[in-house]
Formats: sequence, structure tokens, C-alpha cells
Amino acid sequence: MIATKFIPDFSVSPHVDQVGIEERASRFTKRSIKNETKINGLKLALNMIDLTTLEGKDTDGKVKQLCYKAIHLHDSYPDLPTVAAICVYPSMVKVAKKALEGTGVKVASVATAFPSGQAPRDIKIRDTKFAVAQGADEVDMVISRGKFLEGEYNFVFDEIAAIKEACGEARLKVILETGELVTYDKVRKASDIAMYAGADFIKTSTGKISPAATMPVTLVMLEAIRDFYYKTGKRIAMKPAGGISKSKLALHYLVMLNEVLGEEWMNNHWFRFGASSLANDILMQLMKQKTGVYQSANYFSID
Amino acid sequence: MATTEKRLEILKTYKIYIGGQFPRTESGRYYVATNNKNEKLANVCLGSRKDFRDAVGAARNAFGGWSGRAAFNRGQILYRAAEMLEGRKAQFIDELMKQDATKLQAEKEVNLAIDRLIYYSGWCDKFQQLYSSVNPVASPHFNFSVPEPTGVVAAIAPQNDSLLGLVSLIAPIIAGGNTCIVLASNAKPLCAVTFAEVLNSSDLPGGVVNILTGKVAELAPYFADHMDVNATAYCEADAATQQMIKERSALNVKRIVLYDKVKWLADEAQSPYFIMDFQEIKTTWHPIENIGGAKAGY
Amino acid sequence: MATKKSNTIKLKFDSARNLAPAPESKSAAKIDPRYDLFINGKFEKPLSKKYFGTINPATEEKLSEVAEANQADVNRAVKAARAAYDNVWKKMPAKERAKYIYRIARMIQERAREFAIIESLDGGKPIRESRDFDVPTAANHFFYYAGWADKLEYAFPNRTTQPLGVAGQIIPWNFPLLMAAWKIAPALATGNTVVLKPAETTPLTALKLAEIIQEADLPPGVVNIITGAGATGAAIVNHPDINKIAFTGSTDVGKIIQRAIAGTNKKATLELGGKAANIIFDDAPLDQAVEGVINGIFFNQGHVCCAGSRLYVQESVFKEVVRKLKDRMETMIVGDPLDKNTDIGAINSRQQLETINKYLKIGQQEGAEMYQSSCSIPRKGFFCRPTIFTNVAQSNRIAQEEIFGPVLAIQSFRTDDEVIEKANNTPFGLSAGVWTDKGSKIFNMTTKLRAGVVWANTFNKFDPTSPFGGYKESGYGREGGLHGLAAYVNIV
Repeated sequence: MIATKFIPDFSVSPHVDQVGIEERASRFTKRSIKNETKINGLKLALNMIDLTTLEGKDTDGKVKQLCYKAIHLHDSYPDLPTVAAICVYPSMVKVAKKALEGTGVKVASVATAFPSGQAPRDIKIRDTKFAVAQGADEVDMVISRGKFLEGEYNFVFDEIAAIKEACGEARLKVILETGELVTYDKVRKASDIAMYAGADFIKTSTGKISPAATMPVTLVMLEAIRDFYYKTGKRIAMKPAGGISKSKLALHYLVMLNEVLGEEWMNNHWFRFGASSLANDILMQLMKQKTGVYQSANYFSID
Repeated sequence: MATTEKRLEILKTYKIYIGGQFPRTESGRYYVATNNKNEKLANVCLGSRKDFRDAVGAARNAFGGWSGRAAFNRGQILYRAAEMLEGRKAQFIDELMKQDATKLQAEKEVNLAIDRLIYYSGWCDKFQQLYSSVNPVASPHFNFSVPEPTGVVAAIAPQNDSLLGLVSLIAPIIAGGNTCIVLASNAKPLCAVTFAEVLNSSDLPGGVVNILTGKVAELAPYFADHMDVNATAYCEADAATQQMIKERSALNVKRIVLYDKVKWLADEAQSPYFIMDFQEIKTTWHPIENIGGAKAGY
Repeated sequence: MATKKSNTIKLKFDSARNLAPAPESKSAAKIDPRYDLFINGKFEKPLSKKYFGTINPATEEKLSEVAEANQADVNRAVKAARAAYDNVWKKMPAKERAKYIYRIARMIQERAREFAIIESLDGGKPIRESRDFDVPTAANHFFYYAGWADKLEYAFPNRTTQPLGVAGQIIPWNFPLLMAAWKIAPALATGNTVVLKPAETTPLTALKLAEIIQEADLPPGVVNIITGAGATGAAIVNHPDINKIAFTGSTDVGKIIQRAIAGTNKKATLELGGKAANIIFDDAPLDQAVEGVINGIFFNQGHVCCAGSRLYVQESVFKEVVRKLKDRMETMIVGDPLDKNTDIGAINSRQQLETINKYLKIGQQEGAEMYQSSCSIPRKGFFCRPTIFTNVAQSNRIAQEEIFGPVLAIQSFRTDDEVIEKANNTPFGLSAGVWTDKGSKIFNMTTKLRAGVVWANTFNKFDPTSPFGGYKESGYGREGGLHGLAAYVNIV
């Protein structure tokens, strides 16, 4: 493993200028995405969605409905892709796995005392192992933000490495919860720690804290991924989560991804949207493009 | 009773002032300064283009240190020069009177010259506050503009008011952090050289002020076209010389300052605007971080 | 695991450039087949009886033709300006003057889209820039200076101001409307009247501005806009009844003007060339610095006098910065200025393209290593790929002379002293940039760099309130902000 060969000094992670990064992020939103580029982009975005339900009130029934939606997004529109994955709590993995059998749609499970992460390491490991044992293809862990803000970078690093080990074959998404880290410098540092510790994905947010994903914060993480790739040759995937509910915004993210990491990242192996209501907005846009008529939410299933 | 022999007076040698030294002109030339009564006053250096070249080199070398000094310190040095001038008042009055001034005129000119130094001494660390601005740009940047010295100034002093004009010209130039080469009044050069001695004993670093004596017609073209000079000042109304200076100054886009209408004895001959004639405005931008938190208040 | 050896790693950006066309519609812009001279509030046929064409540099198609003002036309314009100054403008209460200027600002805002399209058609700049920068900033400039008109007594402590009279203003082709605003707004606010000449390759937005000035009911003669080339400019500079010359353009022409007015009492402000150093230290926020470099040299095809055309990178991050720069360049879209996705539009003229190409050759002959983005460029029209040179020496011409195109010369440095010395080692002194995370270093750099505008951790920012102008051979006088007023008044 490359990660164990070289561990940099995270206290000197690159600095990020807030005004500059936000200017750059807003520049992507100036791209005008039209016609076939737009349709391809919308379909790609659909295919990158981790359709998510993370509620205390989740039930088997709710999860089954969501799984059906994942593979039948809008049947009146031919040849639509499926979403990338369903993202649920560990207790719902088994139901989801069964519902999605043979569809190619992955099951992702949050773990490690999601969303706060305030639990001892052994419990987090058990939580992870349970999710994997239930059939999770992907594990979305949270970092210990409190430890991180205390400057206990080694603790955070070791914890991620331990969870990675517990994941086995499952791909590990490391949620930084950027809304609690506040500054871009800290987001960059946390990204570096996560990648060097073995993350397969880095992910912005749990969706439980505001602000969740923003374009600038995602840009900081994409730049960290790019720098890591150049240093190690290892690709890391990215998942912005929370707050991306409009197709136009999703297209902006794809423009950003395309211009920072390039076309090799433009697929759902290397990029995901953690979202629940985004799918319907994209579907409405696709139907608008197809029919030329502005759409109503009443014609798109809510699951 | 002891017999009193008539003591032989030591005549002063009027040399030029370059880089804190008092060399003779490299050219070896001199001219005789006289007064209206056609009395011979002194042999004065007839400065050459090479003296000017050397002086520009000295001024350029001195610029970094002088402009980088605390403005407060520049103020103290100007004040010190005023003290020194006060201390040698009699000598200046004497020289002015030799050069045709009445006692009253001479006293007035020297007093004004001292006061003018004090005046500009005080401005050294104040004009910046008057002419700076924080500019409320519409983007998230802190943006401010401050005056900075133009650099090396080549100035031709007025022919009359040979002390006051010289002091009034030099003081705002150096108060603002510039260094300079000044060509003294050709007709009345004595005070300029003596003033150089005042400056030299005032903790003023060598090269900040360089004083040459010589002919305007011969040296002015070099004052205007030297490529390492940033600004030229000229105090006479001679149209041909003005035009020549402006034309040659275009070679490296020098700033041109003309003081042909200034009455050096008047109160209007001193103001911070004279300092600003030899200042550039520098504007600096820097982003202002504004992350999260403190949205509604502090 | 997707792992590669690091020396084979390269990101691919072809798809990032390959977007469906998103052209701005030309229908919102009305361009007449022919424009006359705007003198004394009316469009007048030129006494010269001559017209010349103005083309779209992206297609080489003729857009319109404009009058070529000769000496007699200049005389008419100056006469109108003088009469308007004596009879109307200098007598008008300042607050009324202000209202006219506000009115111009508002009308530009109302017709912003039209202005943006014409600016891009006539000059070749990307619509994104003319729409988001040139036109709004021009309107804001009028709005800002309008407010000064009746507050001048606060601008100069212990002094009052008088207008100078008639101002002759000659502007360049890189920011046609914005430069017109930079010139006209402060002149009017301080009570002067104006004869303005836009550049011969980009006259259209100035003439559209003339339409607005007419529509705004500005008293006839207060602003006169006449078109022509160098001879027309010379006639303005040499006109005996002009009190002030304001010029933005090349240092060579600036020197000619300074000589030409040597025998007169005309005041002048000159905003001339530049060869700005943009300095990146190893502790800088590198990705933002790279973006600043991109913005510094590729903004407006590099046709910017304050462009950051010399990049100095500290040796310890040199390779990384160049790599990031190359990746970023690969994502830039070069092409149709009217496409909303275009980052780099057309070079303003064939002549300028030839100048740029000449320097590309010189750079290679001097032994510098040239790298250009792999993007495709249109076959017709004047285009240049974004270009950087590495292995550059301070003595190379590409590191010393203003190229005025999308061409960057990159050098490495080791210490702070070295880079200050190299940055200042130029006859120019318009702007500079410095990138470091260390505050105290920023202030060391910003005070020691001999330039009129210093951008720290940013680059190519402009604002009506922010004074702009050069040290040394980059000219004298300031435009913008409080300090911009001084260029148009006698302080008494």
C-alpha cells in the first residue's frame, strides 16, 4: 500500500485562500451547458447519485421503495441510467442489498457512529464490520472532528486506517463533515489525512450539518485529490453530499470535476452525488429537454 | 602692549557635495562668483556632466535607505538640519549680504529657510495620512493607496532667493523620501555650498542630497535626459529651457515639475502639495477572508 | 488499484473543452452600416469625407465603417468642446453635472447586453468578460465619479479646484468602452469638456456611448467622440485649444506625446505599457496563485497593460506550479468570442497577432522552452493559443518587452532579495503580484516593488474607487478613485 510508504507532515498541508477558491468555484458556474452536452451531463449526474435515506424513522418499506426508484427512475423516459448506489444506515443494508440484487446498483452504508462519530474506536469498527457483513459494497465513515480540531491528526489518521482495514473489500468513503471544519485550510488538511490513511473516496458531509457540500469546498477536495494523484499515482474518488438538489448545480459540479480532474473522473466509479431530491429535478430537466415543456413535480414519483 | 599683527583670513573653498563628500569638480574647472559691485567672492566649481553622473549614482544608492527609513526619523533629520542652520545663521546672513542682500533681507531669508525646514520636518510623517486612502472596492478585498517617493529627483534651484529657494525645493523632495541632485543658483552659489555643510552635519545620509554648482545651460540637458533620474524640477520661466527639459524627459517618462510661478518668500511657497509633486500613488489589494460564523453580528 | 507511476501521470481535459456551442445572440445589438463623428451633440459627416472599415477579428468580416476625422474635424470638435465648456458646463451647478453623469451610468446599465455583444464583436474579447467585467465596470465608473462632482472641495485638503478646460482623450483598443468611461467620467465630474478618440480597430462601443450621451440630453459639445487613427490622435494632441491630454496606450506613443506637448502648458496623464512581475513564494496558496497567473496573463487575450507577463516562481515549487499551470491551460477554451464558454477570444487585429507571433519566434530563438495548450483554434480570424515559456533568462527579450498577448515568461528564483531585484529590473512599473501566506512578507514585497498597483494573493482586480497608474515608464497620473480627480483639476 502506498499510503504506508510515505506519510507527509499534515501540519504543512497546502494553504487555501478563501476569496481565490470561491472565485475559481464561481467561474465554473459561468459555463453555459447546452443541448447534447446538457443531456449527457444530466444523464451522467443521474448515474452518479447515491440515493440516500438516513432517517431515524427509516423502515424496511421505505428503503424498498427507494431501491425500486433507484432502478426505475422514470420509466416513461427510455434508456435512463440507474443511480450509482443507495445509501442507508447499517440496519437497512440487508433489505437494500436484497432489493437491488443483480441490478448493479451498489449499497452504501454509513457507519462509525454516523453522523457525530462520537463513539469509541472499537464500536466504530464493529459498526463497520456489521455493515460490510450485511453486504454493504461501500462504507461511508465520519472522521472524529473533535480530535481533528484538537490537532490530534495522528488519531484521525489511525482511525481511518483502522476502519479501512475493517472494510475489507468494501470501498471506504471518508466524510470530513466540512461544515464543522469551517475553514478551507482545515478541509484541505483533513482531505490529505484521509487519502494518505487509505480512503477510497473523500466526502464532504453527512447531510446533517449546514452548510453541507458547496462548490468551493468540493473544489478544495478535488484539488487535494489531484495533488495526491500526482504524488502517488493513486486515484481517489470524490463525493459531495447534501445541498445539491438542482440539476443546474449538479452540472456546475460536473464542469468543475471535468476541469480539475479531467475526463477519467467523469464516471460513477470516481464521483458521486450524495443526494435525495436531485434525481427528480434532473428527471424533470431531461423531460423538459425531450418535450420542450416545463414540468410539474406531480408527474415524478417521490420515494 | 603686545603688538597685534594683522591675521591672514582663511578663505573658504566652495566645493560641490556628492555622496556625503565634498569633492572638487572632476573637470577641474571653476568660475568666479561675483556680486553686483563686481567684487570677487569665491572660486566656485564649474560642475560637469560627469559630476552630475556621479551625483545620480550617489542619489540612487542612497534612495533605498532613505525611502526605507521611518518617516519620523526623516522628520528628526530635517529638524536637525534646521538646528544646524540656526546655529550658523550668521554665516548665511554674511554670505547673502555679500551677494547683494540687505541685512534685513538676509535675516528674513535665513529665518524663513530655518522655519521652512521645521515646517517640512513636521510633514515627514503626516502627509501620508492626508493623501492615503482606503478604497471601498466592491469585491472582498482590502484596498489602500499610499504615496511613495518617486525616486531620484534632479532639480535646478531658482537663481534668486539662493538660500530660501534651494531649501524650499530640497525640503519637500527629501521629506517625502526621495533623493536628489540640485544645481545651485549660478549667480549666487555661496549659500548652497554652505547649506551642504549644514546637511552634512545633520545626520543626513550621504547621497540623499547632492549639490552641484555650475551653468544651467550646460547641465540642464543632462538633468532632463539621464535615464536613472525619475523626476526633474525647474524653477525658472525660461520657455526654451522648459521645453528642452520636457522633451528630453520623455526619454524615460520623467515626471516634470515646474515652479516658475512660485514666490519663495511667500507663505504659499510651502505646503504638503510640494511634497506630493514628488510622490507616486501605490495601490495595494489583498483578499479579505470571510468564512462562515459572524453573519448577523460580532 | 488504479495506480500509475508518477512520471506517466497526466490528466486529460479534452472533454472539458468540448462543450456544445453556447453563442450569445447577436440580435440584441444594432450596428449601423456607417457611423459619423459625434460633434456638438450630433452625428456629423466628416469634413475629410473619408471612412474606414472596422472588422470582427474573430471572422475578419467587416462590421461597419466609421469616419476618419482630419485636422478640420478635430478643429470642429475642439471648438464645440470649448464653447460647451465656456457657455454651459463650467457654469452649471455641480450637482446638475452629477445628474447627467448618473444618467449615463444608468443608460449603460440598461443597454448592457447590447454593449457587451458589440464589444466582443468589434474587439474579439470573450462575451463572458465584456458582459461580466467591461460593461458593468464602465457603468460603475460613471456612477462613482458622478457622485464626486459636487464634493470636490472635500477631495483636496485646504485647496479648491478648477477644471482645466477641454480634455483631449485618446484610448486604446483593449478595453474600448471601459477606457472611455475611465477617461470621460472624471473629466466631466470635475467640470471639463471632452474630445475623445477611440482606437481605430475598436470604435463601435464608443460610438454607441455617443448615442447614449445624446439620449441623455447632455449639453451639446460637452462630450465629442471622433474616430480615426494616429493622425487624428496627433491632431488632438497638437491642437492649441486643448488644455489636457489623457492617453492610454503604448510607452512609445506616450513618449511622442510628452515631446509633442513640451512647448505648451498642456497637462498630461499617461497610462502606458507594463511588464508586470507576478511572484509566487513556496508558502503561497498554490492553486489560487496558479489561477491568479491564469487571470493575470490570459485575461482579455493578454491585451492588458498590467498583465502579469513575467512569472517568478520560487525554485522549491517551480515544477509543481508549472505542472498546475499547464493543466489549467488545457482547460481553457479558445474560440468564438460570442460563445459564453470562451475563455480566450480573438487577438484584436492581424497586426497584433503578427507581433505576438514574432515574439513566439524570438522566445524560441532565445532558447526558451515554449509550451502551448493543445486546444484547437478557429481557422479564420486572429487567434493565439495560451502560451508559456520556461527556461527563460532575465536578459531574454520575451522577459523584457511588452508582448501584449497571451504569452507568459516564467523564471525561477531562490531568495526574496533576488526576486525583488529581478521584479524591479525593468523600465516599467505599472503593476506587480505577490503570492505568499506570510503577512509580513507581503508587506515587505508590496512596499519594495516599484509599481503603481500591487496585487497580493490576487491579480487583475479593478474597481472605480481604486487608483490605477504606473511608476517609471509606465506613465504618470492616476485613474480611478479619489486620486483620479487630480488629473483633471488645477489645485488652487
